[in-house]
Amino acid sequence: MAHYELHCRECGKTWGNQPRSICDDCFSPLEVSYDYEALRPVATRERISSRAPNMWRYAELLPLPQDHRPNLPVGFTPLFAAPHLGRHFGATNLFVKNDSVCLPTLSFKDRVVAVALAQARSFGFDTVACSSTGNLANAVAAQAARNGFTAWIFVPADLEPAKILGTQVFGAKLVRIAGNYDHVNRLCSQIADEHRWGFVNVNLRPYYAEGSKTVGFEIAEQLGWSLPDNVVVPMAGGSLITKIKKAFDELIRFGLVEPKPVKIFGAQATGCSPISTAVKLGNTDIEPQKPSTLARSLAIGNPADGHYAIKTIRQSGGWAEDVSDDIVVESIQLLAETEGVFTETAGGVTVGCARKLYQQDRILPDDTTVLCITGNGLKTTDVLAGQYELEEPIRPRLADFEAFLQRGTSLPQTISETVEV
Amino acid sequence: MPITVQIPTPLRRLTGGTGQVTCSAENLGELFSALDQQFPDLKPHLRDEGGEIRRFLNIYVNEEDIRFLGGNSYAFQDGDEVLLVPSIAGGVV
Repeated sequence: MAHYELHCRECGKTWGNQPRSICDDCFSPLEVSYDYEALRPVATRERISSRAPNMWRYAELLPLPQDHRPNLPVGFTPLFAAPHLGRHFGATNLFVKNDSVCLPTLSFKDRVVAVALAQARSFGFDTVACSSTGNLANAVAAQAARNGFTAWIFVPADLEPAKILGTQVFGAKLVRIAGNYDHVNRLCSQIADEHRWGFVNVNLRPYYAEGSKTVGFEIAEQLGWSLPDNVVVPMAGGSLITKIKKAFDELIRFGLVEPKPVKIFGAQATGCSPISTAVKLGNTDIEPQKPSTLARSLAIGNPADGHYAIKTIRQSGGWAEDVSDDIVVESIQLLAETEGVFTETAGGVTVGCARKLYQQDRILPDDTTVLCITGNGLKTTDVLAGQYELEEPIRPRLADFEAFLQRGTSLPQTISETVEV
Repeated sequence: MPITVQIPTPLRRLTGGTGQVTCSAENLGELFSALDQQFPDLKPHLRDEGGEIRRFLNIYVNEEDIRFLGGNSYAFQDGDEVLLVPSIAGGVV
């Protein structure tokens, strides 16, 4: 007997374990629920800490088939203090959770795919698939290659070149759709009805989404088995933010951390901000938007988990913010210059929104605050085009360098010099 | 106003296997009334207890989310193709 099964988030009907994402009775999303009593004896700090530093150390708290044998060290990315960035915010207790170095494809999506493919195998799928804004495409393609699945990847045609290449290189079948992510996603729902494929974010979605909990587990463990005061989380479909909250709740339930209210803050780009708009207006449901932002990995105008993201934020006492594309780019540079972390546009969104939240006193300076950096800047270098000019090469002579140095005072200021503290 | 409605696979058990319906409806309200009448079993899956369209059901007209077209007030055009898609749904079990 598995220690988990699917249940409907709205009407409560249980569905056992199968590749299914919605309740046939009311169309509501299904979620994985656990037999927490059965898990209590195995969910201990000692047991978890004794295992290798990757997401599989939390195996019992994930919906994994009993015979699952992980073959990739996904997760357990660094969490570190960010004092230099903190100074720019007037923050004294700021941390970065750095999933821009998650293995194998440098985004938090590696976590969700790892769980989804474990289930894809147990359900007998030969082919896995996804609709994606890029990071998921990379993650599915890579892990499908490693695990011997055929991969079909559906993306909006205008995706960043690095994310396209980073999918094709793994031998995945890439289908570019003339439309935005919401169009891609709708098409995938229809394809999933016709082909017996394991769509990680369609029919495997309840399992897939649970992989995001490991971000929350790790934050708590890396803070010495304690919860932060605040987390700031980028939002696209809105799933990650709800699962970080679920992770914290489970840790409290198992007595692995002291109970504590954590404020959950959501971050979006203004050009695609259905969730932050709803939070600001006090709405319980989102109004879909047509995305127009550089932050393509967050460009989901009709977020599947929007309703639950709003609920999570509101119940936690948190808030949601959004920032312009200019601020996204500036924030990418600021994080790089202050903490040596090169994040993609979604990370720029998170950093930019965090700055706003400090300015608004929604996050207080001494609070323990964790910024979730979910993707790598090398995948979205195009947004930095034109930000840096190359100096003319100099001859390999000391005198030339000394002359260059003299001119150096006229070099442009860096972002961290210009952004006010 | 003849329009076509595509019924998603998971709901076809409630329409006697019918995957496509042609009907005359001026707007969303009329369309749902027509579907209610033709497929009484379908009704509780499309609307909640208060009669509102279910939160997780997306409705597209010619590939556009109907909410971008005015939602309930959108007047169907001759030949419109309507798609009912539960959000994040799909999958051959």
